[in-house]
Amino acid sequence: MDDFVSESDSDYTSYWRDWFISSRGNEYFCEIDEDYLTDRFNLTGLNAEVQYYQYALDLVTDVFDLDCEDDMRETIEKSARHLYGLVHARYIVTTRGLQKMLEKYKKADFGKCPRVMCQSHPLLPMGLSDVPNLKPVKLYCARCEDVYNPKSSRHATIDGAYFGTSFHNVLFQVYPTLVPTKSIERYVPRVYGFKVHASAALIRWQDQKRDEMRRRLRKMDVDVGFPDDTSDVLEEEDGDVQFEGADTRVAVADGTGRNV
Amino acid sequence: MSTSSGTPESWVSSFCSLLGHEYFAEVSEEFIEDDFNLTGLQSQVAMYKEALEMILDVEPEDDEEDEEEEEEEEEENESGDPERMTARQERRHTRMASDLSVIESSAEMLYGLIHQRFICSRAGIQQMCEKYELGHFGFCPRTNCDQAKTLPVGLSDIPGEDTVKLFCPSCLDVYVPPNSRFQTVDGAFFGRTFGALFLLTFPEYDLTKRGASEMLRGSSGGGGGGDGDGARVHESQYETVNGMYARNIAPGLGVGRLYEPKIYGFRVSEISRSGPRMQWLRDRPDDMTELDEARLYAELHPDSDEDHNMNPNSNTSGSSRRLVRRRPPGNARLHRNQAARNGSPMNVEANGGAESEL
Repeated sequence: MDDFVSESDSDYTSYWRDWFISSRGNEYFCEIDEDYLTDRFNLTGLNAEVQYYQYALDLVTDVFDLDCEDDMRETIEKSARHLYGLVHARYIVTTRGLQKMLEKYKKADFGKCPRVMCQSHPLLPMGLSDVPNLKPVKLYCARCEDVYNPKSSRHATIDGAYFGTSFHNVLFQVYPTLVPTKSIERYVPRVYGFKVHASAALIRWQDQKRDEMRRRLRKMDVDVGFPDDTSDVLEEEDGDVQFEGADTRVAVADGTGRNV
Repeated sequence: MSTSSGTPESWVSSFCSLLGHEYFAEVSEEFIEDDFNLTGLQSQVAMYKEALEMILDVEPEDDEEDEEEEEEEEEENESGDPERMTARQERRHTRMASDLSVIESSAEMLYGLIHQRFICSRAGIQQMCEKYELGHFGFCPRTNCDQAKTLPVGLSDIPGEDTVKLFCPSCLDVYVPPNSRFQTVDGAFFGRTFGALFLLTFPEYDLTKRGASEMLRGSSGGGGGGDGDGARVHESQYETVNGMYARNIAPGLGVGRLYEPKIYGFRVSEISRSGPRMQWLRDRPDDMTELDEARLYAELHPDSDEDHNMNPNSNTSGSSRRLVRRRPPGNARLHRNQAARNGSPMNVEANGGAESEL
């Protein structure tokens, strides 16, 4: 974190925001437009949240020209980063912000889903809380709809409130075509080829839940979003069942037959 | 990558200390020396004999001859011509070097395949258990699993198909190891069986406890589950469903451990095109006894016998599942602890004995 203290007005970059988003550990942030930052309406309420608000804002917008002690300067730097993060959470749900984050998402700047069955689907940053200083940033996979911890410790310390709880959901509301096809592929624990009863029973229960959801959605004419939506539920039992296949298939058929 | 013969370290331990080989257990010499354990590997590995010798740090047999020859030569050389001698040694060295790299890679393959079998044996799984306790295999990246410890698994038993993955017992899913150095490690060296077998072998692990690697003590006594934490461990938590402790079946899933997408605090509806579709994957029943299909079936068909499950009645009744069950459900180790609870017709002792032959 020490390199943040280095003077922001050094030669290699002229803008504080440029420096900020290009510094190590800040790869998840996009650049906030100057117009957005200078519109006071967008900053409503943040002056209560950020120490030395005016100085911090000056620093972020590159109009800072206060001669002060190093300690003071450091505090203001810290405030500026906090302010930038909080404005960032608001900015990324705007049209421009969504576009910028979308570009980064397409480049997989936020990493890829660690779940094997998601086949390296790109992730999106998110917070579990909109209140600052509560929870660090997490990563959301739109394929398995679950939340993961960032791999790198330098990302694990970023405040989740700088991305917020809504952003990734807003993104898919605005760009519904980007919703990835879901996968029913899954890992089945086995011992010498045989499924383990406890996990297999849980998997059957989960599959039943999924089929209930499908029927519910189909009744309402909602896109279910699974690839083989038209094919029958029968197909879903994984193909490599070698030992008890016949029995389970009959069971599944019975279950669906009755409930439809 | 080559092992220098000067160091006292064995090939196995130097292999296991290589970068990226942190997941490997050290296969014991006795296990490798037992030919039974190597059945069928000869046809899968090139230069099998040389590779095996390398793993066991056995000097190649023809070495003696070489030495003798050398000695002879030395005798010859006493009468002069030292250049010829060094040239011969160099020649020998280069031949050895090219062979060595082939044998080395064969040895790695062979070791991996033996390793796949070893970690399913009693000694091997014990060693992996120690590594698991120390957190050598890393932690689940899923936020709601709360840093549950993972196990290395393969998605195939055939080498060259996929790299090693991490199995999280808390969510029963597999993940890519976070560090790219593991992306060169073959998954077949761990195999498909190990992960699930581990959970069956050590059913008492408290998978819900983050980071802590406590075995629940004295579960054979029923209620005496330790003192420190034991006060909070309920008798009901020892309840078994489908041969596992109910609280140990995917403890990272279910209500409270599901991510609910929200926009400005409002849940995203299922009806929305971008609404939740995958919640089933991270769900589990609140009451795990719901999963006891055999018991539910028996309750719904009090008169039906296991031998009569082709009975046409079962189609018209309310049961959603039919089960063919020719042996009592579950885990021999749990049965041993709870022999009184279910009068298993299967001889537990015999089963235990069979296991030890693994």
